[in-house]
Amino acid sequence: MSPLQKTAAAILSVVIALMVLVAIFVPVPYARQFRDVPNAGPSTSHPLGTDALGRDSLSRLLYGTRVSLLLAPAAALLATVIAAVLGTAAGLLGGWFERIVLAVTDLSLALPWLFLLLTVRALLPLDVAPMLSVLIAFLMMGLLGWQASVRVICAAVRDVRESDFLLLARCSGCKPARLLLRHVGPNVRPLFYAQFLISIPLFILTEANLSILGLGVMEPMPSWGNLMRGFEDFSALAANPWRLAPLLLLVIVVTCFQLVLPSQEVTP
Amino acid sequence: MQWFRILLRHLLMLVSLGLAGAFVSATLVRFAPGYGVEERELDPRWSAQSVEALRQQQALDGGLAAFYWHYLSGLASGDLGESESLKRPVRELLRRRLPVTGNSVVRGLGVAWMAAALLASLGLASRGWFYEASGTAISSLLLSLPSAVVAMLVVHLRTPVFWAIAVVVFPRLYRYVRSLLLQSYNQPYVLAARARGLRGGAIVWRHVLPVAASPLLALLGVSFAIAFGAAIPIEALCDSPGLGQLAWQAALSRDLPLIANVTLVVCLVMLAANSLAELVGRALGGNTP
Repeated sequence: MSPLQKTAAAILSVVIALMVLVAIFVPVPYARQFRDVPNAGPSTSHPLGTDALGRDSLSRLLYGTRVSLLLAPAAALLATVIAAVLGTAAGLLGGWFERIVLAVTDLSLALPWLFLLLTVRALLPLDVAPMLSVLIAFLMMGLLGWQASVRVICAAVRDVRESDFLLLARCSGCKPARLLLRHVGPNVRPLFYAQFLISIPLFILTEANLSILGLGVMEPMPSWGNLMRGFEDFSALAANPWRLAPLLLLVIVVTCFQLVLPSQEVTP
Repeated sequence: MQWFRILLRHLLMLVSLGLAGAFVSATLVRFAPGYGVEERELDPRWSAQSVEALRQQQALDGGLAAFYWHYLSGLASGDLGESESLKRPVRELLRRRLPVTGNSVVRGLGVAWMAAALLASLGLASRGWFYEASGTAISSLLLSLPSAVVAMLVVHLRTPVFWAIAVVVFPRLYRYVRSLLLQSYNQPYVLAARARGLRGGAIVWRHVLPVAASPLLALLGVSFAIAFGAAIPIEALCDSPGLGQLAWQAALSRDLPLIANVTLVVCLVMLAANSLAELVGRALGGNTP
């Protein structure tokens, strides 16, 4: 690990620790309104000021960090599990099943992902409770975000399937379950971890985009995305630059994730 | 003969996807909330028999198969249905919006490709740390910005929409282009050319780019998908009357016929672009990744 990667990992650890300990640090509940001080600047009682509804910005940022940093890895985990199951099955079984899975994957990859998310989001009710909107965002990203990983996993499993050690294991009379768990699994497991980690920054950005458009996490539940919804008003932003805190935190976290991830040779 | 088979395979893929997409979009339309409900049915002055007659008239009881047949035959003749929220034919909406998005996407991609190719080539040709470090730093920073935030910045700076698309697409392109050029640059014949004293620019132009041309063309197809995806938040926030804004409005108003057909058309455009890029790549020689 290079010094830059170590620094990035340390920053990520601090942010994650902050997220876990949010209940101790949060001064007030994120939805509580201080109606006598709307749009207030930083003060001892509100270190990052308040928003237009008089809610404490620091509390909302800390809770929003928790929502975004739980939602994205959870969705990445779901997507990776789906990709692992489909990719492993396709790679091991080969033949028509592999062709169908890869064809469906290629077709899905040809479609801009946000169009697909918007179509599915349009199927579901918009006026939902905040917790339900978090669940919908998690399921949408998790169930629709597996395509890119499937191709990589399928290719790796296919290599293992055609390897000499697997042929030897088959000749020795290994049963399919044992082949999968003792021979294929350990060889492709690092790939699962890598795909999971690669998906996290992508899903953080997707949640932010959806929430800014009003189709992700719903108010009053904060997330990095919906905390950035007021950025359209640049005069207010210029007068209160501390409101850029969610964007700054998002950029730092996503950049750190990119630095920490193992360098990979990217090909289209 | 081989070309004929490749062309046939691409055409078959387009047709089968078109059919599958049309089937999915028909399903979305058929099972959308409020499908087949007319305002007149809610009028208390209409009797139960009249409402029933109205439903009969709408042929809702024709069964699912009849609905699919009616929908798909309409689609084959270019009838994409009517938008529920805008009360206008989807075909007309697409005809007006597609050129707006197409224009932004093409210009944005042009800028992004030029910037990515220039920075990646300069980094390789000079082999200096400055271009490489600045390219990596800029692309990492831009990659960490949500496209919606880039769109807001473009609104503030009052620059054309295609700049936002260029800024969103550039960092992704730069990584791919750099990786492909680097793969080509690390070949033994490039080392031989360097050993014979060829300059960096000449090596990139004569020996690296021609070899990387085929995968770069495949990347062109992929970059279209990235640009179209980025167009949704950008057009929605920049108030640009394109397909992205149309899809966003359709999602907000839960206008399923509209969003399903928009997605289908975008999907077909994407596949056609990918197929074209792959065919041109094959014509230039080499296999696409």
